[in-house]
Amino acid sequence: MAAVKPVSPLMDAGTNTEAGLSLRFLYYMSLMREVEDRIERKLYRQGKILGGVYVGRGQEAICVGAGLVAEPDDVLFPCHRDLGLYFIRGIGPAEVLAQYMGRVGGLTQGRDGNMHMGDLKRRIVAIISAMAASVPVAAGAAMALKQQRSRNIVFVFFGDGATSRGDWHEGINLAAVQKAPLVLICNNNQYAYSTPTEKQMSCEHVADRAPGYGIPAEMVDGNDAWAVYEATQRAADHARQGLGPYLIECKTFRMTGHSAHDGADYVPKHLWEEWGAKDPIARMENLMLDRGYAAREDLESLQDQIRRQVDEAVAWAEASPYPEPETLARNVYEESR
Amino acid sequence: METTYLEAIRKGIWEEMERDPKVFLLGEDIGIYGGAFKVTAGMLDRFGEERVVDTPISESAIVGAAIGASFMGMRPVAEMQFADFITCGFDQIVNFAAKCRYRWNAPAPLVVRAPSGGGIHGGPFHSQNPEAWFVHTPGLKVVQPATAYDAKGLIKASIRDNDPVIFFEHKALYRKIKGEVPEEDYTVELGKASVFREGRDMSVITYGAMVHVAAEAAEVLEQEGVSVEIIDLRTLLPMDEETVLSSVRKTSKAIVLHEATLTGGLGGELSARITEKAFESLDGPVLRLAAPDTPVPYAPTLEKAFLPDVEKLLEKARWLAAY
Repeated sequence: MAAVKPVSPLMDAGTNTEAGLSLRFLYYMSLMREVEDRIERKLYRQGKILGGVYVGRGQEAICVGAGLVAEPDDVLFPCHRDLGLYFIRGIGPAEVLAQYMGRVGGLTQGRDGNMHMGDLKRRIVAIISAMAASVPVAAGAAMALKQQRSRNIVFVFFGDGATSRGDWHEGINLAAVQKAPLVLICNNNQYAYSTPTEKQMSCEHVADRAPGYGIPAEMVDGNDAWAVYEATQRAADHARQGLGPYLIECKTFRMTGHSAHDGADYVPKHLWEEWGAKDPIARMENLMLDRGYAAREDLESLQDQIRRQVDEAVAWAEASPYPEPETLARNVYEESR
Repeated sequence: METTYLEAIRKGIWEEMERDPKVFLLGEDIGIYGGAFKVTAGMLDRFGEERVVDTPISESAIVGAAIGASFMGMRPVAEMQFADFITCGFDQIVNFAAKCRYRWNAPAPLVVRAPSGGGIHGGPFHSQNPEAWFVHTPGLKVVQPATAYDAKGLIKASIRDNDPVIFFEHKALYRKIKGEVPEEDYTVELGKASVFREGRDMSVITYGAMVHVAAEAAEVLEQEGVSVEIIDLRTLLPMDEETVLSSVRKTSKAIVLHEATLTGGLGGELSARITEKAFESLDGPVLRLAAPDTPVPYAPTLEKAFLPDVEKLLEKARWLAAY
């Protein structure tokens, strides 16, 4: 089994009851929001993060809802707005923050930045910058698992813009022909950088593309972690039964620019208000209060605890050194031990 | 046993498939059809369709899937039907496979086989030698055998290697070149050039089909009193600089010969390394013989004018010998 340790002692108690899962949804979404707020609104502006910053604000329900369906040895291919998947796999905020700052404590030890991180031991694969390049790679991982008679499956995440790339189509087609156990999760946040979906594709939904590959698809409210979770369970069951790929289109909205330097002036104002009212974290809190899973004070203390956890992580990351220049040429190839 | 270059590659892959169940093949028309050149003939029957995967015409997905399978502990060998089509999988090779060990410590032990080279009337899209693009990509290994013996030993070493290897097979050698190939298991170490022919007066540094052009020219030059040493690079990246430099230090003269086009080709790189590191030993300029900077033409007259050959090499070598 992969070494998946919870990033918070609180999550040790996480059970799969409705109340327990709701708490885990809330915890991971809130941790993702807090870490990304620090990254985008504080550390980046302080010049402590030098390179690109791409966050998933408003979209947290997608990676968290889907990620909690995955078994520990299932393989995850996050996109750049899926930070929650790393926390679910036991990678802590400290490692993530050090990664963003280019420190040796980061997951790539300063070799790469931002969301370009992975860990094969924890079965989470790093993206490259080219959109959808992970899709054929995920297809190959799924083919290998099938060949190994594993019960494990592969989850690959991408945005609406990525579905314009040839790699997306080639990867899905290959996986479909091979009936590879692949769950495809699209965060349709309606913008690819500044380009709205109607300029990416002339069909209305990303899900409309699935019949062309002979695979099932469904659309869900991407701001509802429970809806994403349940759809992902259907998809995972399908894949685990050997029936091949399954596409889920999560309708959502990117509540920020493409990156930290993008003010997103091209987004009509009413969209911010409309989608702000559907915030996945506020919705989960309300659901928990309504159903009596938690009291207001519990929620406040959870948020306090997360803030303290992230404070400590920031301090740890800042204390982590930059890599030594002498290490520049290491690990380009396998090195003899 | 006397074996063709093609059969040597086929045997090497076959033996690795028998030895290690993690080795599997994927590519276009490699199963039922046995591959456009029949390198994988018979493998579907022996190993089954899970280990000999006929894929859609999707070079990017073929390479991408090989990377993903390698992450799951497999040893994929992907075939590009022609090296010319490797451009369609370029991003997966140079951005995904080549960089994942360096970036996040994720090795991608895979082989991309690419039948390359001209002289078969293939025209602009079935004749190219695109090795220089990949030699310019740290993280990849680039291999090109010239002999049947090396073809088997190098493909086996490439499959066992823990880094991504681009394995160029020269199409014109497939059935033309024969040599002694042992039945038993052996490998030829990656990153090591060979002294294909020993000589005293001049080094010709080359690889792939041009090794045989150099050998033919060397016979002629021997009659003229010029003793030529031929260095067959075998692995283009990482480059065996030591073998090249020690040859040039001995002969004091060097020609770099390749079938790929001149500008930005390996000739420039080798010439620079020789002049930087063996300048004191040189008795003349380092010359390059390569194809001219044009696409590979179709008509036989044009293709002959395009490809480096014995006559063109003799002209350069005589000039350099007299220098």
